[in-house]
Amino acid sequence: MSLAVGDVVAKKTFHVTRDSLVRYAGASGDFNAIHYRDDVAQSVGLPGVLAHGMLTMGIAVQPVLDWLGDRGTVTDYQVRFTRPVLVAAAEGADLTVVAKVGVVDDAGARIDLTVTFNGDTVLGKAQVRVSLA
Amino acid sequence: MPVNPELQGRVFPPVVPYLVGREKVREFSRAVFATSAIHFDPNAAADSGYSDVVAPPTFAVVVQEATLAQLLAEPDAGIDFTRVVHGDQRFSYSRPIVAGDELVATLAVTSIKSLGGHAMVTAESTVLDSAGAHVVTAISTLVVRGDA
Repeated sequence: MSLAVGDVVAKKTFHVTRDSLVRYAGASGDFNAIHYRDDVAQSVGLPGVLAHGMLTMGIAVQPVLDWLGDRGTVTDYQVRFTRPVLVAAAEGADLTVVAKVGVVDDAGARIDLTVTFNGDTVLGKAQVRVSLA
Repeated sequence: MPVNPELQGRVFPPVVPYLVGREKVREFSRAVFATSAIHFDPNAAADSGYSDVVAPPTFAVVVQEATLAQLLAEPDAGIDFTRVVHGDQRFSYSRPIVAGDELVATLAVTSIKSLGGHAMVTAESTVLDSAGAHVVTAISTLVVRGDA
């Protein structure tokens, strides 16, 4: 596989709803009420219910996994949580992920993710290290 | 109570082993919008060389969770859960987690820093399999907001 720094390997938009948050709460065991109750979110100064940061992180790597397939594995994945993803009760939220090659080396590649919600990036230094067979 | 700076360097006892179940992997995979068959179908996973369904990269947070609970419950830690914000997260894998793994996680507090009235606590959970081989290290930085 020939990869060059700057190549966009995947781009995808995910529609996240309150249902997604409840499903992730159950699957992960993170039942912090700011992820399903507006009143609790507002009591700590947030505009409303927001997505679990770990859900955003979990979704953001999916386009990379689909692109990678059987050719390799994720060896390292890191993100910084920089902005909350507010998930409106009726409208939900759209998360857009663009995955671009940041580094190519003997170990494989580093894929850099740009994850946006309403035009703002919500993750910083979102980097996926992949080994390539 | 501010975060106790003496936490830095503290290593906690290993938590109770976590047995990775096939249905849990499927449930978690659906929750993070995973689509690859290796997360759902043991035959597809076998075709890719795995002994059972493969957990997505962020699944390790489920194993890590019990170690962070230890940290928050530490009597002298001074970490008020209601003031904690997740700052950043990292997973460094030696191999993917698969259903059937029995994993043991051990937490170490690697750094405590003050920044603009907040405390930044970096906690590193090392996850080994039942043979004692490294599977993944999960690193979280928690931001504990100071008094408003």
